[in-house]
Amino acid sequence: MAALYEGYTLCGLVPAQNLSHSGIQGIEQERDSDHVVVTDSTRSVTLYKVSDQKPLGSWTVKQGQSLVCSAVFNSQTKEYVAVSDNRVIRIWKEEDILLDKAFKATVSSDVWRVHCVHGGEPVVLFQRGAVRLLDSLLSAPQQPIEEILVQEEAIRWSTNIVAETQQFVIFTTEQKGDHFLYLQRLNPNTLQRYRLEREEPGLGPLSFSASYRDKHIHLLYLYPNGHVYQSVVSVRGLGTEEGTQALPLPRSLLLSLPVGEGLLEAASAMVLDEAHVAVVGVPHPSAGAGKDFLCIWNTNFQTLQAGKEMAGKIYGQLWCYSNKLFIPHGKTLSVIPFVCPKSSLASALGKLKQAKTEVLSIMANQINFTLLSMQRMSRKTQSTPSLTTDQVLELIKTAPVEDVEKEVEGLLSRSDIQDLQPSVGQLVSVLVSRSLTDPAFYTPSTLAQLVHTQCLCHSVCPDLVLLALEKKDYFLCQLCLQFFPDIPEAVTCACLKAFIRNEVLQTAYSDNFLLPHLKDLSSQHVVLFLQYLQFLYLKYSQDAFPQMHGLRSPSLTQIMDWVCLVLDAHFTVLVMTPEAKGLLLNLHSFVKSQVRLVSELGKIEGSLQELNKMKVNKDVGQYSIEIIELF
Amino acid sequence: MGEFKVHRVRFFDYMPSAIRAMAFNRQSERLAVARADGAVEIFNFSDNYFQEKVIPGQDSRAVEALCWVDQRLFSGGLNGEITEYDLENLKPRYTVAAYGGPIWTISSNNQGTMLALGCEDGTVKMFEVLAEKVQFQRNFDRQKGRIISLSWHPSGTLIAAGMMDMIRVFDAETGHATHRLLVERGVGASKSREVVVWSVAFLSDHTIISGDSAGKVQIWDGVTGTLLRTHLVTKWDVLALSVSQDQSSLVAGTSEGTVIQFQLISSTVGQQDKEWVRTRTFKNHSHDVRALAHTETAVVSGGMDTQLVVRPLLDKVEKNTQESSLRKIVFPHRSLVCCAKKAGLLLFQFPEHLELWRLGESEGHGKPGDSLTVKTKPEKLIQLKRKGEDHICCSALSPCGGWMAYSTVSSVRLYRLQYNNNNIGITKVSRLPKDLCSVHQLCFSSDSSKLFASSSHSSVIVVALNQQECTYLHTLKPKSSSRQPVHLLFASEDGKWLATANTDCEIHIYNLDKLKLHCTVPVYSSYPTAIAIHPLTSNLVVVHADQQIFEYSLEKKEYTEWSRKLQKLGLHSLWLERDTPVTHITFNSRNPAHIILHDMFMFCIIDQSLPLPEAKTLLYNQMTLRSVPEPERIRHSHAFKICKNFQVWSSH
Repeated sequence: MAALYEGYTLCGLVPAQNLSHSGIQGIEQERDSDHVVVTDSTRSVTLYKVSDQKPLGSWTVKQGQSLVCSAVFNSQTKEYVAVSDNRVIRIWKEEDILLDKAFKATVSSDVWRVHCVHGGEPVVLFQRGAVRLLDSLLSAPQQPIEEILVQEEAIRWSTNIVAETQQFVIFTTEQKGDHFLYLQRLNPNTLQRYRLEREEPGLGPLSFSASYRDKHIHLLYLYPNGHVYQSVVSVRGLGTEEGTQALPLPRSLLLSLPVGEGLLEAASAMVLDEAHVAVVGVPHPSAGAGKDFLCIWNTNFQTLQAGKEMAGKIYGQLWCYSNKLFIPHGKTLSVIPFVCPKSSLASALGKLKQAKTEVLSIMANQINFTLLSMQRMSRKTQSTPSLTTDQVLELIKTAPVEDVEKEVEGLLSRSDIQDLQPSVGQLVSVLVSRSLTDPAFYTPSTLAQLVHTQCLCHSVCPDLVLLALEKKDYFLCQLCLQFFPDIPEAVTCACLKAFIRNEVLQTAYSDNFLLPHLKDLSSQHVVLFLQYLQFLYLKYSQDAFPQMHGLRSPSLTQIMDWVCLVLDAHFTVLVMTPEAKGLLLNLHSFVKSQVRLVSELGKIEGSLQELNKMKVNKDVGQYSIEIIELF
Repeated sequence: MGEFKVHRVRFFDYMPSAIRAMAFNRQSERLAVARADGAVEIFNFSDNYFQEKVIPGQDSRAVEALCWVDQRLFSGGLNGEITEYDLENLKPRYTVAAYGGPIWTISSNNQGTMLALGCEDGTVKMFEVLAEKVQFQRNFDRQKGRIISLSWHPSGTLIAAGMMDMIRVFDAETGHATHRLLVERGVGASKSREVVVWSVAFLSDHTIISGDSAGKVQIWDGVTGTLLRTHLVTKWDVLALSVSQDQSSLVAGTSEGTVIQFQLISSTVGQQDKEWVRTRTFKNHSHDVRALAHTETAVVSGGMDTQLVVRPLLDKVEKNTQESSLRKIVFPHRSLVCCAKKAGLLLFQFPEHLELWRLGESEGHGKPGDSLTVKTKPEKLIQLKRKGEDHICCSALSPCGGWMAYSTVSSVRLYRLQYNNNNIGITKVSRLPKDLCSVHQLCFSSDSSKLFASSSHSSVIVVALNQQECTYLHTLKPKSSSRQPVHLLFASEDGKWLATANTDCEIHIYNLDKLKLHCTVPVYSSYPTAIAIHPLTSNLVVVHADQQIFEYSLEKKEYTEWSRKLQKLGLHSLWLERDTPVTHITFNSRNPAHIILHDMFMFCIIDQSLPLPEAKTLLYNQMTLRSVPEPERIRHSHAFKICKNFQVWSSH
């Protein structure tokens, strides 16, 4: 689960009188993740050491002058770059005390912003859409600057991203209610223009956030109605159809945030990683209106992961540098550390493995340890030189099955499981990839032993379960189902297709995600599966002590849940299948008996409540004389 | 066995007072509890949590904090005075004004040499603890706001003080403040209100833990003065904190009635770094938890709902033992009701006043289970308000109903009551013997001709009463050198014997004809909670705090055969597991084999002619006996006939 930690104050704010603006123009990372430069909305730039919550230096332009955009730090030259009075570019170093005496250059067109990614070169974006690298601009400051934007088109937001080696400036514009996205690549320069789909009339995006992963730029934007959209643009195809022709930009709805009554005014959404989005200024779904929250949402599962109430007015501003969120609210700028661990459905929904299974796995682990230590004792007599983990990893890539098995087992028996933890994942990945490429190579016992260490989960070796299925190694599948906490539904279903076991019934799942995959089962499979569930059900209804069957059996409710799910997915097919008729009739009678049971329980509940009332109502006055008899 | 007529009296409107403060003495396992009316009670945790001593309250004394120094008990209160208690004579030993306005907190160093006081005027005042008194030593640097809470660092060199909006750390040597820890106010509307640091705890590793009115428990690094962790535990106030002796566990009491436990554990298994992790929440109170004590095995809590709750920590006690069960101590462990059998009168004792009631009368007969028609209703005859500032500590009504007496720590008052038809005359007896000034227990002889009053050093003053006056007769003194007060007195029906029990567990029998000590019962390790002498056999029956029952023959000066048999067989486990003490013993005038006794939730008739219940016997067998046919009953019967239909204050 993602979590927001206790925050702390970085500095106080001087917000605008009507609280329309926080007084902060921007926050940029400085030399490392613990230093930031804060630019206020008028004249000053301050350097802070975040963990110390204290300013290290501050620079101010003269009265009457004003800063146009947030100052950036060029980590290559250790210089700060800022723009004042629209056209004056100022560059200074930390040891410069007076900004007025530092370097100044006046350019020929109004600047929108200076951007600089960490370790990269500063880029200047002009108000009319032109882009220049700072160095080339300063070589001839008065060089003519072209106009990219048309009349009445204005920049609303911009950022700078490095995709592999390519530097991009991304900005959005608005023209008569239409919104456009510009993707400007530098060296070689190409420009692509996209048109954003229209939301409800009159609604323009409140905030944008861009990120780069998997050779695509992901743009995330939030509308006042709480809709968060994502558009993905490939960086590969760029440059082929250059031109001012605006392409439509496809979008997908990522989140639909609850906004309560009315529309959002000051809010923003920011990508934290591929699965998490930080949102500020949107009401918390379970808190009342009028409260301002910072929330982390999981976009994969649409779940709220963490929330924190922010005191005072929220301005809809949010920055994020290395697992710290910077958020102005009320009269303070707060820093809130957070974590977003890799998510599995089970943890996102809070449905973790049953305690029963955990007890069992601990037992299995102990047994395993005993086995290992016995092996260790027997191996002690051998005097062959032992290989290191890296050597074993190399060996797996080429050596025959027997050698690999011997060396991996040797490695496992020699070292403590705790020490081995990091390498277990590597070992499995290498073993799996060799097995996938080389059909003759498969080491079932070694894999089983590695899974038994419980240092693994599905995310570490996503191909393992499928490999085991392919090799019809049901024992290994079973082990994986038992020990992995994060098996995706699709894989669970694949296992289900291959074999029907208890372990499947006990894994965590969510109805919505499971249903579409369940539909993939063939009708023969479904009938077989239902028959098995029926058998389990009968077994339980006859026996008053289901616990006697052993620790690994699913509970009665789990069985009923699966019956319902399978029926939901395949009811129409089953009705048409003659073999299923008897089965369906039987299941119908189960349902009837369950309904009867529940209604009887309801009646008992009523009677018990009456009993409770009777006890209370027995009222004795202040005084009575009673006859009692003792025997 | 037989039928009994039970007068079910529910008009004794006793309301215990709220718990304000608590202090646990780990050495003697005594818990001192201060109540809102100024009374201080001592519970003995090593003897079944028995309430062994009660020091009555006083109108002007509002105890805000309690503190043990070795075996001495000190309190500080809103009247601005430090009080040391005389635990032998159950009254304040002396009071010293601190001259700093109301005292909010009092705390002693580990060495037991100094008392630190937190005062309204913003000073921390240091008093030196001397053998016979405490003496003002000096003031620390005066602060702007009042000092609400204090905690000494175990080394005795530093003191943390909780104030408004902040915590100050003082150097105990110089008295200068070394750190200032700012405590954040609540959010929203409470932002404008000062946050009150209700409680602080200073640990050996220089961690400071605070609980405040914004609902936070905060962990601070006392060396650097930085905040390490905030736990928001309630919407309202965190009022009290208590840390276990090994400093691995901490409890916080809130105004929502919850007690929240934190433990110093590593948050990830196998990791070395330990941190304070919120672990358990106990909800045993309906209102504010004002006071807490963390003992070795349990969390003791008390507050506005007046009950004292002992909540065992199940990881510290063996499961399914008496120690592992939750205890709620709701009512005093002594009788506040006195009954004049012959006259059908009841005397109720309140801290502020006495009430004298006449019981009602019934008409006709009924079968078991019936309520009879009440012919005459019970009637309140007298409500007598006490004089002076001190609260009533004991009272007595003579068996004939003609005399009534009460005592405070400073004086005894005796009244003559006269009944003419419907009129009641009450006359205060003036000129009492001067020895009769500070007593712990009062008791009239069965013929109402003498008044016994227990005084200092376990002595008993005997006073003769006649129509006009009362005269001093004698002072009975035990041979032992005990300085403890007598808490139980019993005069035998035949007028020959007087039994006394003191808090040293000694029971003395005096021969009233000779006015001499007759014998001393062998001392048993647990407190006697009730004593009585049988009117015919002159056997003394004693019940102790550990629920043991003894019968001692005054004639032979030895335990009776029945008592030996009972000890040999042992009492039934269910009998021993009861958690309120037997507070009264009486006898059945129709059957000399019957001993009647009761605790808070049951009364029991012990039929000495029947076999004793063995370990496997069903102890609470009344329902079974009722259901089986009469000839079979004898087979199932045993000596303990227990009736749990009533909550019992007194039986006669």
